[in-house]
Amino acid sequence: MDETKQAVTVDREIDLKGEVCPYTFVKSKLALEEMLAGQVLRIIVDHVPATRNVPRSMENEGNEVIGISQINNSDWQILVRKRE
Amino acid sequence: MFGFTEEEVKRYSRHIILKEVGGTGQRKLREARVLVVGVGGLGSPASYYLAAAGVGTIGIVDSDFVELSNLQRQILHRTDDIGRQKTESGAERLHALNPGVSVVKHAVKLSKDNVTDIIGAYDVIIDGVDNFAARYLLNDACFFQKKPLVEAGVLQFLGQIMTIVPGQGPCYRCVFPEPPPPGSVPSCQEAGILGAVPGVLGTLQAAEALKLILGIGKPLIGRIIIYEALSGSFREVRFNPNPRCPLCGERPTIAELTEYPFECGVQQGADNFTVNER
Repeated sequence: MDETKQAVTVDREIDLKGEVCPYTFVKSKLALEEMLAGQVLRIIVDHVPATRNVPRSMENEGNEVIGISQINNSDWQILVRKRE
Repeated sequence: MFGFTEEEVKRYSRHIILKEVGGTGQRKLREARVLVVGVGGLGSPASYYLAAAGVGTIGIVDSDFVELSNLQRQILHRTDDIGRQKTESGAERLHALNPGVSVVKHAVKLSKDNVTDIIGAYDVIIDGVDNFAARYLLNDACFFQKKPLVEAGVLQFLGQIMTIVPGQGPCYRCVFPEPPPPGSVPSCQEAGILGAVPGVLGTLQAAEALKLILGIGKPLIGRIIIYEALSGSFREVRFNPNPRCPLCGERPTIAELTEYPFECGVQQGADNFTVNER
């Protein structure tokens, strides 16, 4: 997953540290709705269940989850490409 | 975020999560204007769900005052409200549920002189009236103004609902061309109503209005859903536009608004019925 991180250009980043489900998804979704098809959103979370729930919900809506990775002791990043 | 406050994101999160709604849909709801005609048995749950949903402007029309006998079904009003104008207690309750929506009070009896002006400012109209005069007046006015109308009626253990979108399907007069003759139907007070029945139908009306605003799903155009509480059944009756409809048919005979004498009760159709009580 780390290699994809290098390859993609992130168009927008949203810091959701301190947020829990379902607001991690709700806020990610709202951010993605403001973006253009094909653009990439980088979501930062520290609520571990969100690393499973957010990607699953994003995929249910037809978006592409490019990668999920831990970036330090407490935080994770989720990269999502908005559906065409 | 997407023009929503932190509080709105939380309040509407269960809508926003829905694929068919999202932030885009929630914004449509905020920009929408819905008129609820009658805040009684049908209009109470209908307007309450619209307020909860975040419909930005909700108009409520009612000239009545809250009576003790209303409270068995008209859940917008409380015992303490007896004697108050229904638009007052209704607006207070809707605002208490969601301070983010504006409620416009129309404390008037619908007539051919005011109906066009009142409905003109709204995108969707909900019919929660208790008499045929208002029902036909509203159907005709919505047809002339090309306003979508979510129509429902209830009596005893029965309720029915249909959505009328001018130009896209049949109108109320396609099924029931004229009101029943005065005196031919039992009055509201005589016939009775199980309180939860308008609760079901008014809630369905809110769902239909929300679908129309969001542009999702399949509205009840050309379909009547009939709920029968005693058997616990729903059935659907389909119907087409009536070429002989006096309002929207090939040779319409109604060219302007008419007012029928006040009469409430049950209307019997051939394969169908329409019922009236609030």
